[in-house]
Parts: sequence; structure tokens; C-alpha cells
Amino acid sequence: MSLYFMCLILFSVGLYSVVRKRNIIKIIIGIGIIEYSVNLFIILIGYRLQGRAPILARDQTIENMVDPLTQAMALTTIVIGLSLIFIAVTLAIRIYEKYGTFDITKIRRLRG
Amino acid sequence: MSLLIYFIIVPLAAAMLTALINVRAKDKASIIPIVAGLILLGLSLYCARQLNFAQVLIYKIGGWLPPLGMSLVVDGLSGLLLVAVNLISLLVLVYSSKYMRHYTDDWKFYSLFLIMLCGMNGVLLSSDLFNLYVFLEIASLSGYALVAFGVSAEDLEASFKYMVMGAMASIFILLGIAMLYSYTSTLNMAEMAQALSTRPAGFLISFVSVLFLAGFGLKAALVPFHAWLPDAHSSAPSPVSAVLSGLVIKTLGIYALSRVFFNCLGISNKVLMALMFLGALSMVVGAFLALKQSDIKRMLAYSSISQIGYIVFALGVGTPLAILGALFHILNHAASKSALFLNAGTIERAIGTRDINKMGGLNAKLPVTGYTSLMGSMSISGIPPFAGFWSKLLIIIAAVQAGQIAYSAVAVIVSIVTLIYYLRFHTKVFLGIPAQNTAEVKEACGAIKWPVIILGFICLAGGLLLIPSFRDFLNRGVDVLVSGINYKDAIFQAVK
Repeated sequence: MSLYFMCLILFSVGLYSVVRKRNIIKIIIGIGIIEYSVNLFIILIGYRLQGRAPILARDQTIENMVDPLTQAMALTTIVIGLSLIFIAVTLAIRIYEKYGTFDITKIRRLRG
Repeated sequence: MSLLIYFIIVPLAAAMLTALINVRAKDKASIIPIVAGLILLGLSLYCARQLNFAQVLIYKIGGWLPPLGMSLVVDGLSGLLLVAVNLISLLVLVYSSKYMRHYTDDWKFYSLFLIMLCGMNGVLLSSDLFNLYVFLEIASLSGYALVAFGVSAEDLEASFKYMVMGAMASIFILLGIAMLYSYTSTLNMAEMAQALSTRPAGFLISFVSVLFLAGFGLKAALVPFHAWLPDAHSSAPSPVSAVLSGLVIKTLGIYALSRVFFNCLGISNKVLMALMFLGALSMVVGAFLALKQSDIKRMLAYSSISQIGYIVFALGVGTPLAILGALFHILNHAASKSALFLNAGTIERAIGTRDINKMGGLNAKLPVTGYTSLMGSMSISGIPPFAGFWSKLLIIIAAVQAGQIAYSAVAVIVSIVTLIYYLRFHTKVFLGIPAQNTAEVKEACGAIKWPVIILGFICLAGGLLLIPSFRDFLNRGVDVLVSGINYKDAIFQAVK
């Protein structure tokens, strides 16, 4: 239970960073933190206490194994998160070239 | 139906080929994408025809049966949207074969566009919640890159805004999917509906509903979550805006929302009320903000918010007639909004500005653009012979029948406001005294003209879809949503 609670704390830290910070890089880091917390949550869902790896061997009977599907899901979301961060950082670099700042309060040419 | 996998393979392969061959010669980069678009349109029409004979078309990837393996499913609802997505994408590709030549490295545009098309097709086909999330991310990620394609300062700003909002939306959706998985131990939507129907709807389902409503609402730009749309859709290159406004917010937002809520979670009265309220709010806010815009693409973007409001409102009313109106309005809005955005691109290219006050008398110079824009505007604002009139009429009649008199009055008033701002757009841009900057404007060439002519014709004749012999096309989609969580039975039957 405390693990889930810490996962929630991690999520809140990321959300705080996205909502409150002005620096683009810090916002991107916040998105990264939120993604990690969700990945952690997905892994925790599939975890069994004292569970073992779900590998089927011929001479063994497996009684208590962790859920492999959530691990596959986490792997996929890590890859998606990587490409998202990649695009975000590329945008941040180009924005810095154009505006000369990372401060989102100064990046405001679009109105209406 | 092993053909279904080609909806994903063909655009991905074409994207890779376009990037590999990397044709620098200006005319040739668009050949592979257009061929791919033609193949996809043929496939989707074939699937729509096959739906006459079978209720559900299914492809089991690798031959695994659904609880273990993934499967691709086409039913009435996704068949309807597949035709719309692939038809409009093809027309936009033809348009951009000429329009995108002014950008450097236009092959990158085609690659990204095809990946986005692959994502949209995947969202429509997947029968699995996690699969849906993955395809949704594929489409959104290429969408972020496409919005920033012009790399001007405004494009980058809009794209960053879109990206942060979109990332939050995806995370909400992922969190919801993870919670549902821990509750039901399955990701397949039919299995999940089965598992949920045997358990009491507790606090978890309400929480997941809120997460999904926020996530898909952000993707569909419903009003409290709409801030990114006017920036992203007005900064992107015009063919991209046409697809983002015409298709992406509908497949990633509305289709996914209605699929998850109607067929998987099971729709409850609270959710219907929430959809109705959010829809009405989007209608009003979008329309009144569009009224004071002087940038044409920004006005069109706000108008998209307003029309999305109509669709979501009709889904919230929830009677079969209202759902028919919603699906029909999705098609009409896709056709007319893409025609208008493409025309906005032509105008911007011709006179170098998007400001409504600096235009005038373009009808004499650009007659095709003028008349197709008129068709698109009249269809969106709901003038009788055009297709948009019939869908709005259906939505309002359904709302009155369901006893929502106040909401339907709002819908009628918003429709009048819509007419006002489209008339203002039309008179200022196309009628009146020619502005000075229009002196050297020439009519565009065939690749620019024909796609908008076809879209304008669809706006004009789309109402024919309601006559009984074509109506099955729409009704099959309505049946899927009306059947609610009993939709799982059709899937289970098809799997056997």
C-alpha cells in the first residue's frame, strides 16, 4: 500500500512541475516524472508478493508468479515516453533558437 | 478478413519508403503517398461493402484467439469512420502534392502524414484498450511534429502547447486503462465489458470514467480542455489543419470516447448528462469566440470546437435518432471543415495574409475557392439543401423528443451564430471591393482545385446518405452504439 502511495507522490511531483514551473525544460522533466510514476503503477499492478518470473520450464510448477502482461505494457509505454520526450526536447531547442528564452511567460505570440 | 492488417501495413510501409527513397525532385515525393491513399480508400470501401454481409469483420493477429492474442475489428461504426478518414486523407494528400512544394524537405511531411494516418486507422481497428492507446499515441506524436512543420516561432509555440496538453491527456487515458486492467484482468474490450457486467459498478468505475472523460475530452478539445486547439490548428500548414480538424479530433477524441463509454464501460445517466453539458458548453463558447476572430484559420478552429460540441451533445442525448445525427454530423463536419481549411491555405498562399480585414473581392479571382468555401460554410451553418442542415435538424429533433427543450434552444441559437460568422467570413473575403493585394492573384492549378471541388460536392450532396437505400451505411454505426455493452456478444460470435 505504501508503494502505491509513493507512486502517487511521484505523480504529484511531476504534475506540480508541469503546472507550476515556467521553464520549458522543467516542464519536460515533469512530463517525464509523471510517465515514470505511471509506469511504476503499471508494474505494481502486476506484482505479487513473493512472486517469481513467469518463465515456464518443463520440470517446474509455478504457483506464484508476477503478471507478465503489465511488464510488456510498461515496456511499450517507456518507448512511447522516450519518443515523446525526444519530440519535446527537439521543440525546446528550436523554441530557444527562435525566442532566445525558455521562459513560457515570454513565449506568447499566439493570442485570441 | 486478413485484409484488415493492410490498413496499418500500407501507410507504415509507404511512410518508410517515402523516407528511404527521399526524392529531392519536387514533383515525385507525393507519388508513393497518393498510391497508398488510393489503396487505403479502396480497402475501406471494400470493408464497408463487406459489412452488408457480416455484422463484424475480424482479423486475429497471428491466429491467436482474442483473450490471449490481439485482434483487429471492423464493425458498423469503425467502417463508417474508416471510409471518411481514408477518403479525406487521400484528397488532402492530392492537395498537398502541390501545396507542400514550397516547404523544404516535403518528403518528411508525407512520411509523418502517413504515420498519422496509420495511427488513426489503428485507433479505428483496435479491439483492445492498450492497442488503442498505442495507436492514439502514434497519431498524436506525428501530429505534434506536423504542427511544428513550418518551424516558425508561432508553429513551435503552438506545437509545444499541444504537446504538453496531449501528453497529459495520454497519461490520464493510460492511468484509466491500467486501473481497468487491474479490476478486470483483461484488456480486450469485449472481455472487459463481459467482466464489468458481472461486477457492481463501484467507485473505481466512476473514477475511471472521469479519467477517460478528461483524457479523450482533451484529445477532442471539449470546452474546458480546448485551449490548445485554436493555436495548433491555425499554426499548422493548411493540409495538416484540414486533417487535424476534420479527422484527428474525431477519431482520437469522439470515436475513442464513444467506443470506450458505450461499448466497454457501459453508459450511465451521469455520463450522458456530463456529455450533454460539455457538448452544449463547447457549442456556445466555440461559437462566440469564433465570432470575434479576424484570422481565418483561427475562426475555423474555434468553429471546430463548436461543431465538436454539437456531436458530443448529440451523443449525450443518447437516443438512436440523436446518435444517427451525431455520426452524420461527424461526416459532414469532416468534409466541410477540411474543404474550408484547404481553401484557407489557398487564400493564404495567394495573398500572403490570413487577416480577414485585409481581404475582399476574391471571388472574381479565385472562383473555385469562393464557391467551394460557400458550400462548406453553408453546410456547417446548416442551410437547407446542404448536408449539414440534415444532421443539425436530426440532432435538434432528437433533443426535443428527449425532452431537452432548453438544450435544443441553445443548439438552434448557436446555429444562427454560426451562420453569422460564416456570412461575415464570406462577405469580407470573397465579396465586396477587391483589396489591393489581390491584383496578381491567379486561379490555382488542378491538384489544388479538384480535392476541394470533390469536398464541396460532398457537402452539397451528403444529405442523400439519409435516403433509405444508402441509410444502412449510417444505421449500422448507430446500431453498434445503441447496442451498448451487448456489443460484446457480436464480437464473441464472430470470434468462434
